[in-house]
Amino acid sequence: MKITIASGKGGTGKTTISTNLTSYIASMGNSVVLADLDVEEPNSALFLQTKLLNTQTSNKMVPNWEEVDCTLCGQCAKNCNFNAIVAMPSEILVFPELCHSCYACSELCPTNSLPMTAARIGEIKKFKVDGFDFIEGRLDLGQEMAVPLIAQTIEYTTKNYPNHIKIFDAPPGTSCPVIEASRGSDFVMLITEATPFGLNDLILAVETMRVLDQKFGVIINRYGIGDASVEEYCQKEGIPIITKVQNDKEVAKLYSKGELLYKKIPHFKNSLDEIISFIGGIDA
Amino acid sequence: MREIVVVSGKGGTGKTSLSAAFSYLEGDNAIVCDCDVDAANMHLLLDASFSNQRDFFSGEVALIDKELCTNCGKCADVCRFDAISIADGQHVVDPISCEGCHYCSKVCKKDAIEMKTQKAGDIYTSDIKNETKMVHAKLGFGAENSGKLVAKVKQDAKLLALQKNKAYVITDGSPGIGCPVISSLSGANLVVLVTEATISGLHDLERVIKLVKTFNLKAVCIINKYDLNEEMTNSIEKFLKTEEIDVVGKLPYDETFTKALAMAQTIVEYDSNSKLAINIKNSWEKIKESVS
Repeated sequence: MKITIASGKGGTGKTTISTNLTSYIASMGNSVVLADLDVEEPNSALFLQTKLLNTQTSNKMVPNWEEVDCTLCGQCAKNCNFNAIVAMPSEILVFPELCHSCYACSELCPTNSLPMTAARIGEIKKFKVDGFDFIEGRLDLGQEMAVPLIAQTIEYTTKNYPNHIKIFDAPPGTSCPVIEASRGSDFVMLITEATPFGLNDLILAVETMRVLDQKFGVIINRYGIGDASVEEYCQKEGIPIITKVQNDKEVAKLYSKGELLYKKIPHFKNSLDEIISFIGGIDA
Repeated sequence: MREIVVVSGKGGTGKTSLSAAFSYLEGDNAIVCDCDVDAANMHLLLDASFSNQRDFFSGEVALIDKELCTNCGKCADVCRFDAISIADGQHVVDPISCEGCHYCSKVCKKDAIEMKTQKAGDIYTSDIKNETKMVHAKLGFGAENSGKLVAKVKQDAKLLALQKNKAYVITDGSPGIGCPVISSLSGANLVVLVTEATISGLHDLERVIKLVKTFNLKAVCIINKYDLNEEMTNSIEKFLKTEEIDVVGKLPYDETFTKALAMAQTIVEYDSNSKLAINIKNSWEKIKESVS
């Protein structure tokens, strides 16, 4: 079972729900693993007491120019559709940040002068937490492309924990990183807040899920402030509302310190119970 | 003309609410620019007219012509993105997986693969509150290249500001540290970092500041929800001091942010004499001093 926790808008509570839900599921004696896929700004670890077990480098494959046999024909630059290669009169320049690792330049080079080599883009860390393992993908600063690292973090988690319940904490937004974090999951939970911003970004996220033909439901966070438009929208569209988490300044205060909430706030725990009973009804 | 870019790393810190408030305060002295194209929502606070729509094309997707295709499978062999599969005996491209690299079309012996340019989104130059204009965009569902769309939105906003001889471009940046935020930051005269007094607020601030420093940009910071955790606020201030970044505002945890939003108003309109509104006005004055 793979569940992705996502949202169009940032700051709606993805990480809060992901960390608390995983910890709570583990406390009930279930095998569960959490993976932080918000590789640009991973911060699930801040809310967990972690012990680092191991770190592995995450790479992407990029061409590496070898001068020896190169005739400077310039075919590589023509074959690159991402402007990652520039053929100069006396050398070939490669811009690794722009490379999408399609291998066209390398495999179509008549003199094999652009072998693909691994270039670091970030790392994948495995941590021990009380009751479960936690995996984090972390993109190096200055790297532009998050998608390859997200894919590798999912692959690592799926391979190493085939029989666990897998909770994925997704990046915010509606474009490529979220798509990578959502496709292949059994269910996506979209977290929103009951405000016009929340509704606007929820609609975008819902459209993305529909393009992907992905099963999804909605969690309304900070319920009680704002307006009723998110609920009305979900009802009209026939989207299940999994739970409504009450707005509570106490939640914000505990969050600010990096504490888990369900042990201290009964209404929050009730919401997790609703999420878990919902998960029980998902066909995976 | 000076470009001020508001970014936050972490979402939900109040970045858009503050950008909209600054835009409202500056009125027709500024052009406004929403670079959070992934989940654009500044238009909700500024009553944007969605005028002057243009298509934004970016990226390509492979399309296989069934008449010409002999199903030799060469295309699927070279594709690194698992975008080509066989359905009912015919090779087909999954447009969501396709990266648009052209490799398949280059190796196809029958020239059966055409690369189609994709419409990736819409760009608008809208009339907004307080007699000014905003350039903003809507990314297509599942479309890529949001970094390129950000660059285009910014370019259009800057051109408009130059044409109309405006003093400022106020840009609501994208979240994160990847390609859209890198595009948002490029060429900024001043970066306004909005953070919150939470453990994740500090963590994400540290990462976004490293990014800002690699581009050698000048930055100032606003700490939102500072009273949620005063200890955290102290840590943030200490950290900013070592980075030589001035704090131009400290705002309390205040549900006015949400109430104003529910009324589709900026905070400075909702209750222009409140302590919060005055605080925000003072921050904006300090920001303008920093960029002058």
